[in-house]
Amino acid sequence: MPSTRSWSRCRRRTEGKVADGQIAFFVDTTKCINCRTCEIACKDFNHAAVGQRIRRVRTFEGGEFPKIFAYNVSMSCNHCEDPICARHCPTGAYSKRESDGIVVHDPERCIGCRYCTWLCPYGAPQYDAREGRVRKCNFCLEELERGKSPVCVTACPMRAIEFGRLSDIASRPDAAAQVRNLPSPGLTGPACRYKVRPEAERA
Amino acid sequence: MASGELLGRAALEQILPGGIAGAGTQILSIACNNNCGGRCRLNAHIKDGRVIRSSTDETPDSESMPQLRACLKGRAAANRMYHPDRLKYPMKRVGRRGESEFQRISWDEAVETIASNLRRTLERHGPASVYIQYGTGDCGAVSGVAAARRLMNLLGGHLGYYNSYSSACLRYTAPFVTGYRDTNSYQTLVHSRLIVLNGFNPAETVFETNSNYYLSKARGAGAKIVVIDPRYTETAATFAHEWLPLKPTTDTALFLAMAHVIITENLLDQAFLDKYCIGFDETHMPPGVPAGESFKTYVLGLQDHSPKTPEWAAPITGIDASTIRNLAREYATSKPAQLLQGLGPQRHAHGEQSVRAGIVLACMTGNLGIPGGGWGGGEGGRSLGAGVGELPTGANPVKTRIPVFLWTDAVVRGTEMTADDGLQAGPLESNIKFIFNLASNTLVNQHADINRTVRILQDEKLVECIVVSDHFMTPSARFADVLLPADQSLERDDFGFPWSGEKYVVFGNKVVDPPFECRHEYWWLSRVAEKLGIGEKFSEGKTREDWLKQIADDAKRNNAAFPSWDELTRTGLYREKPEAYVAFEKEIRDPAGHPFKTPSGKIEIFSKALFDMNKPEITGIPQYIPAWEGPEDSLIRKYPLQCIGPHYKRRTHSTFDENAWMEEAEPQAMWISPQDAGRRGITDGSKVRVFNDRGALIIAARVTKRVRPGVVAIPQGAWYTPDRDGVCRRGCINVLTSQRPTPLAHGNAQHTILVEVQAADGGQGG
Repeated sequence: MPSTRSWSRCRRRTEGKVADGQIAFFVDTTKCINCRTCEIACKDFNHAAVGQRIRRVRTFEGGEFPKIFAYNVSMSCNHCEDPICARHCPTGAYSKRESDGIVVHDPERCIGCRYCTWLCPYGAPQYDAREGRVRKCNFCLEELERGKSPVCVTACPMRAIEFGRLSDIASRPDAAAQVRNLPSPGLTGPACRYKVRPEAERA
Repeated sequence: MASGELLGRAALEQILPGGIAGAGTQILSIACNNNCGGRCRLNAHIKDGRVIRSSTDETPDSESMPQLRACLKGRAAANRMYHPDRLKYPMKRVGRRGESEFQRISWDEAVETIASNLRRTLERHGPASVYIQYGTGDCGAVSGVAAARRLMNLLGGHLGYYNSYSSACLRYTAPFVTGYRDTNSYQTLVHSRLIVLNGFNPAETVFETNSNYYLSKARGAGAKIVVIDPRYTETAATFAHEWLPLKPTTDTALFLAMAHVIITENLLDQAFLDKYCIGFDETHMPPGVPAGESFKTYVLGLQDHSPKTPEWAAPITGIDASTIRNLAREYATSKPAQLLQGLGPQRHAHGEQSVRAGIVLACMTGNLGIPGGGWGGGEGGRSLGAGVGELPTGANPVKTRIPVFLWTDAVVRGTEMTADDGLQAGPLESNIKFIFNLASNTLVNQHADINRTVRILQDEKLVECIVVSDHFMTPSARFADVLLPADQSLERDDFGFPWSGEKYVVFGNKVVDPPFECRHEYWWLSRVAEKLGIGEKFSEGKTREDWLKQIADDAKRNNAAFPSWDELTRTGLYREKPEAYVAFEKEIRDPAGHPFKTPSGKIEIFSKALFDMNKPEITGIPQYIPAWEGPEDSLIRKYPLQCIGPHYKRRTHSTFDENAWMEEAEPQAMWISPQDAGRRGITDGSKVRVFNDRGALIIAARVTKRVRPGVVAIPQGAWYTPDRDGVCRRGCINVLTSQRPTPLAHGNAQHTILVEVQAADGGQGG
């Protein structure tokens, strides 16, 4: 399983600009029913213990009774264009692949210092106390290798999670980079776009 | 988009030379036979004899044949199976009943104990004293409950029941109106201009694997969606254009006020009413009924001088009059409109009335029998499962049946029960003396008023023997005399059937051996049958798998397209093309050739059968009757909050409460409004004590604007965990609920409760 296999040969350290092939998630928050299937399917695939929420749905609520609203954002690692985790990891456990921009975490190099868990504005790296190491979404590389989609994508009962090249996704007319209550995408350049309702547009 | 092609397999193998992750892995379909209504496609990936992950439907996904994608619970099937707390060995009780003191025994001893107790019970009390508890933990084709029924029917029978804990009022009442219950399939939603979801929350309850998929399609196609619910549910948040947070138990008042607007503003489909219905107005009444009993007369208040106007309903429902008026106009003028009532509104003190009133609205607007119109929550009575049968149980020689919700009464005073209790073909020859509780948590957790139930079960002179089979030490398992470890669905072959909608059947493979000494009920019931001298009659020499093969053969005999056993085990699914199904289509198209199956052959807005019962709470037409423990009950001065028990996405009833992944994703917590919380010094996440005269529990508060002030919501299904003072520390709502049945169906009204909430003191949490 991912936590025990070597990722060292997946490393393609990139200097400077990411290649055009940056892979990205697209999440349709208008369809998301907050069912958490993505979260659990991810846990099942990654054998993630309680406490490690490699993908997670966050709920935001607003308005005043009875005119209220709520929206849900499913999120894992955003495989940022400027991954702050990789920039500061003291052991070089993180690398950003040149071919597709996937930010890969190599548990064999991880010493569990948890800098990344503090730095990531999205809370993506998850500390595994049993192993003393961090876990993170690797875009289901094994599934991609088999010509399949990431597990969250195939799991979503609402078909609300998609993936593809960032250049394609970002050019969709309904793609927003910003979501209300989420960190500014200017911080790290997350490779994720969202479809949002007006209430979830960044104020 | 959406595939790994963009990387290319060759490129990936260069990057990831660790080999194909799937190598050496076997993938087999499994069944998720929990009682949610959906039956989804699930696969287990097995390596070295262990399930290492799951996957869901991987057939092409299309609008005409959408994949059957599993929910979060299905995806945790292996996590649930490998839980360290699984029951491992047969055990017998050694302490007092319910004290949870057990001793490991052999299967031989367990079988001998069950057989001798059963023999003694039958000799002393007769077959009607044996009760096979309602339970939905295993919805497969050869379930333990079916096997127990088969055994008992060969031994002279057992006490039967009717109704369910899910839909008692709906199932019992709808036939009085339309002859049988039925609803349109979700494939028709896309035709609706307006969809009114009343207490219907498929985003959490599922109901059908693709119910939310079709709701999403309908919204995309331009349907307006209105959600009526005390909570701003996940369904409301995702789909609703408008949310009407009504007070629980007042749905009927809302519907009557809508009817008033539709009548007085002349928005009626009078032709539909004249052609298909009786009882709407005074000129369409059955013979022998005095004047002034029609629905219209009641709504206009011509007899009781109380017109059911929106202004009348506003203080009752908590929805302002202009909102009601607008909804009524919109509903009457947006044909086709679907009114989908979930099962929640009918699990109330007068659940029967809201069922009937809803159907009347659909009739007043001519919305029955057309695509995009209709009434009901998708729980149609159609024959589903693609013609696949179940283990034959034989006929029950005991004809006496109780309404299922009154089983505790049948323990205490069964022989005194009468037709007024809903007893059918009585009297009972004996109180309940022996209980099989198989894949069920109804014995304690899911029945109302746990503290009363527990007192009854603790008295070993009442029920003399309780046999429980389950996966975990549930609250019901703790009350076993003989406690047996059951296998799980991944440890046996089985079929899975959906509740509604599409015709398909899922096949689940046995992918691993049962751990320890876990066994399916059929296995040990066969041995009990042998002890009692009917082994051959019971099993006919067949194993459980033999029965499944026979069921598959029978299905193939009736339907040539049905796959062979080998194909079924490989593909895991037989599915016919989903069709848009319209309930009562033939009755509406051809009323002369297909009359409604009611006494009059018409839709009975007025039911003479009910009128003739001559009981104040059973009315000829649907009426609003203020609920006991409702907002108009004076008890509200002592217990000022209405408490409802919604289904929670992280459990199927009480199944999965033990699962830590589920607790992490969606912890057990009570919804309370900022107003009600603030007044009581309660903050988000703090522990609160919820209580009424029947019991008390401790639970974390989720302070949210998503629940109507005056209402709190405790997700049902948490496992009753009493402390030394009998206070439930896990937040099981049934320490608060009442065993008082509904008037007509004798159903459970477990959402009708009044409570008070207070901050629990920090140190002890209570």
